Amino acid sequence: MSFPLLTVTAAVPALGAVATAAVPAAKRAAAKWVALGFSLATLVLAAIVLVSFDPDGAHFQLTESHPWIKDFGVRYELGVDGIAVALIALTALLIPFIILAGWHDADPLEEASPNRRWRPTQGFFALILMVEAMVVISFEATDVFLFYIFFEAMLIPMYFLIGGFGDRAGGRSEEESATQRSYAAVKFLLYNLAGGLIMLAAVVGLYVVTADDLGTGTFSLQQITDARAAGTLDFATSTERLLFLGFFFAFAVKAPLWPLHTWLPNAMGEATSPVAVLITAVVDKVGTFAMLRFCLQLFPEASKWATPVIMVLALISIIYGALLAIGQRDIKRLIAYASISHFGFIILGIFAMTTQGQGGATLYMVNHGISTAALMLVAGFLITRRGSRLIADYGGVQKVAPVLAGTFLIGGLATLSLPGLAPFISEFLVLVGTFSRYPALGIIATVGIVLAALYVLVLYQRTMTGPVKAEVRGMPDLKVRELVVVAPLIALLIFLGVYPKPLTDIVNPAVDHTLSVVDKKDPKPDHPVTDAGWFSYSPMHDRASGGAK
Amino acid sequence: MENLIGLLVAAPLLGAALLLCGGRRLDGKGHLLGTALALASFVIGAVLFADMLGRDEHDRALHSHLFSWIPVGGFRADVAFQLDQLSMTFVLLITGVGSLIHIYSIGYMEHDERRRRFFGYLNLFLAAMLLLVLADNYLLLYVGWEGVGLASYLLIGFWQHKPSAATAAKKAFIVNRVGDVGLSIAIMLMFTTFGTFAFAPVLSNATDASEGKLTAIGLMLLLAACGKSAQVPLQSWLGDAMEGPTPVSALIHAATMVTAGVYLITRSGAIFNNAPDAQTAVVTVGAVTLLFGAIVGCAKDDIKKALAGSTMSQIGYMILAAGLGPIGYVFAIMHLVTHGFFKAGLFLGAGSVMHGMNDEVDMRKYGGLRKYMPVTFVTFGLGYLAIIGFPGLSGFWSKDKIIEAAFAKGGTEGWILGGAALLGAAITAYYMTRVMLLTFFGEKRWVPDEQGNEPHPHESPKSMTIPMIVLAFGSVFAGGLFSLNDAFLKWLEPVTSHSHGHSPLSAATVTAGTMVVLLIGVAIAWVQYGRRPVPSTAPRGSLLTRAARRDLLQDDFNHVVLVKPGEYLTRGLVYVDHKLVDGVVNGTAASVGGLSGRLRKLQNGYARTYAVSMFGGTAVLIAATLLMRAV
Repeated sequence: MSFPLLTVTAAVPALGAVATAAVPAAKRAAAKWVALGFSLATLVLAAIVLVSFDPDGAHFQLTESHPWIKDFGVRYELGVDGIAVALIALTALLIPFIILAGWHDADPLEEASPNRRWRPTQGFFALILMVEAMVVISFEATDVFLFYIFFEAMLIPMYFLIGGFGDRAGGRSEEESATQRSYAAVKFLLYNLAGGLIMLAAVVGLYVVTADDLGTGTFSLQQITDARAAGTLDFATSTERLLFLGFFFAFAVKAPLWPLHTWLPNAMGEATSPVAVLITAVVDKVGTFAMLRFCLQLFPEASKWATPVIMVLALISIIYGALLAIGQRDIKRLIAYASISHFGFIILGIFAMTTQGQGGATLYMVNHGISTAALMLVAGFLITRRGSRLIADYGGVQKVAPVLAGTFLIGGLATLSLPGLAPFISEFLVLVGTFSRYPALGIIATVGIVLAALYVLVLYQRTMTGPVKAEVRGMPDLKVRELVVVAPLIALLIFLGVYPKPLTDIVNPAVDHTLSVVDKKDPKPDHPVTDAGWFSYSPMHDRASGGAK
Repeated sequence: MENLIGLLVAAPLLGAALLLCGGRRLDGKGHLLGTALALASFVIGAVLFADMLGRDEHDRALHSHLFSWIPVGGFRADVAFQLDQLSMTFVLLITGVGSLIHIYSIGYMEHDERRRRFFGYLNLFLAAMLLLVLADNYLLLYVGWEGVGLASYLLIGFWQHKPSAATAAKKAFIVNRVGDVGLSIAIMLMFTTFGTFAFAPVLSNATDASEGKLTAIGLMLLLAACGKSAQVPLQSWLGDAMEGPTPVSALIHAATMVTAGVYLITRSGAIFNNAPDAQTAVVTVGAVTLLFGAIVGCAKDDIKKALAGSTMSQIGYMILAAGLGPIGYVFAIMHLVTHGFFKAGLFLGAGSVMHGMNDEVDMRKYGGLRKYMPVTFVTFGLGYLAIIGFPGLSGFWSKDKIIEAAFAKGGTEGWILGGAALLGAAITAYYMTRVMLLTFFGEKRWVPDEQGNEPHPHESPKSMTIPMIVLAFGSVFAGGLFSLNDAFLKWLEPVTSHSHGHSPLSAATVTAGTMVVLLIGVAIAWVQYGRRPVPSTAPRGSLLTRAARRDLLQDDFNHVVLVKPGEYLTRGLVYVDHKLVDGVVNGTAASVGGLSGRLRKLQNGYARTYAVSMFGGTAVLIAATLLMRAV
């Protein structure tokens, strides 16, 4: 038996969580280093996964398969395609930065009064690693039931992270902040729980249908798609649609898709910035990833049936999220609404069912993770300094903290998809992929790029430019730890904006596979240019309209 | 030789990276490094130019493929450069004027503590602008296109502590983004039509596509050009962009970046040539803008804003020429180059005046400056003669050709366009004479400011006057040189193609007409501003004057039609999101909100409840499956 690389990649952060939690209270600071060490070990493992993955090889690689609950056909089945590899890499990459950025977020308060809640340093970092482990295994699971378990279980550590560790800043009383935090955490939980319960019904339904047709019920993605291809498994149209909706609802809550989005601004607003990044850049990606892997591949016909409605909802998300972002007065809520707009783009790309759309959506998941992390973490550094999340409390920061302002601007420019930075590529691919099948939708979505410029630049203008506000004066610039967090993210945004090929090479075959399961082909251009030698083509030769002597 | 093309972009890019990331240790020498790299790029450009001249005119294009950029399915974008005569013209203009303005800025920004950053941004601009004109496909052009937009944003807002500068920077970027929507859609249309968006395959196969498709692509490209080149209806940002330091106004908002729209249309000639409706739209935009900008230029008392109106108007001429098709492409580019010289020179002259006048921009507070700043006066004066089209100077050669070409369009359209171009020439002569008289002639009108500092006008240092002198040479001789033996025409024709058209008026008649309207314009300005003393506060003025001072109400229009409704919409949506969308789950959410106080105290208890529900859910699942198996 070969080395179970995927299991180990998920198990290391889980072990790290246990180890971090076990650090004795007296040495609480050491817990941070333990957590950072384990997150870096996970990063190394993810890099090994990335390197061992052969883009031209089988669809699912590094597979592991063991029976688990034999009576119900549940298997412990892992495997990765290019999309999963990219997202595992993203997750493993972001967690060390999230830990570093949140280095002091769970320090015990100096004057611990009885009313103030104890901030368990160990718990904070252990929970982050726990989430990482569950997210990683969600990306790896090819057994629907196995996926479901972790998809749901992830809610528990997330709930505690949101409800237990808010911003210290806020200009509100500790009591009020705690109330708001609890509200946000419970809202997060209820929304996602509701989605999860509906999915549970669909998971059961899937078992029933496969048990009916195949004799023994199964949750194996591979087995189900194979059986469908072979014709031994045939869903009734209405059954397939119902099951699809059950799955999709859960993923749409997680993603989140309009109108199921309202938990996100609360959660991201109340959580500390690193946790907000964990929510939007990591955990939410499981939702869009699962649409690609499970909705499309288990229920291709129903996916195509639901496409028009989903495309419209995605389009509403794009425009609505951006407009709401423009109207926000709270920095973190603004970024949350921007994320809703971006998730609209991802879902639009997935359901455009073109290679550019889905390839773009996958790159979008990665790039949005990096760009939002950069923007949100710098915003967090800013908020910690001033003690307020309100945009109006800032002004003139660039004068006193130019490096902070500069990195904030780059994060913002990435968020508005400036060409040259990575998010541009994914956004343009999604737009092109959508446009080539649905021109009208593609054009409307393009309006999103103007709105994005508005919310980013208005935010920058109000916080960073203008006369220096009294409360901002004396604000220190970024410290070394903070620079270590931000600089690599910015470098990566530039690198992937200039040379995304390593990523597209991995993602493209997986997208082709998904599209072949759904049985969709890219629309052909009207007048394809077939000249293969166009690199050496000189525009002066034989130009139809001119140059003739 | 091909390998040098990449270096052309790499040199200023390196400068930007070093200067922006280098930290304070580069503060002392940063500006010299930035200038050296700009000059390096110019030298490389000159070497490539010499090499290009050495080859046969149909074999001059160079191609350099660096790497595959975005390969996804049938979508292939590459990082590849194409250097032909059209790009070469721009390369020399950008690096040449760019280097001069770097040198000028050494003196102009001497006392600014953030000078290193300023040079970093200037280098970034050069790199992006070179990328724009060297790209061999529309998507890579887009990167340069937004790159110059970013540099423009950073430089307009360079003095960010001034709220007006920060607002102007944001406005410029956002208005340009509206244009970018056009460029995005144009590229998408090319992709769905041709399966590619590289210049060579799209342009050489343009005739395969239906006229409808080409018209759509052309209109979208025009939208993009309107944004970048400040053409009606996306013109509103250029006047405000004068908040940037004056060298920026000279380089970016006069000589190079704002002319990118003309490049885009000329480059895409094969598309427009086969889409007459799109061409009509282009000439209409050009004609309207050339009058719009000229009228605004007449009313402004701020010297930079008057010049900005003029820039808008002159680019209107170029767009008009480009919209005429093969009759006009060459002259659009020729006017672009001569305009690059004289307008950059005029802006640098304005900067020199401001430098000597404690940064005063109101021309009504100038007067009689020719005695104090002789070099500025002479160089500015030559730029003035060039722009109004004084016979023999650069602007004469290029503008005259455009007016001629406009008539040659033929039919009613030709008369309208030619008439508009002639009228524009008269207004140009008027407002430029006004600027000249207000600034350099008459009595001194400056007064001490609130702190009692009276300006002591003085000539600027050599680092500033030398670039002005060089540009003045260009303003005087470039047009004549280009027209000698039709040199410029022969140079560009292999790329843009050229046809003569049939003008209802002879060339001599057009030239004579132009001279007449020029004299009328100068005379009216002289009567108003030369013959009698100028009040140092502006009179109330006619309705048109007041409208023109407010940029013909462009901002009022945008405010009423876009900004206010937008504000109501976002505010309304914030309310709706909070009350309604959230309210769908109001029952749960509200009760949870009420409960949260208690829940907070029972955190652990609640988690237990959740854990139980999880187990409960799993139990349901198991029970259900068992039941099904039993059935």
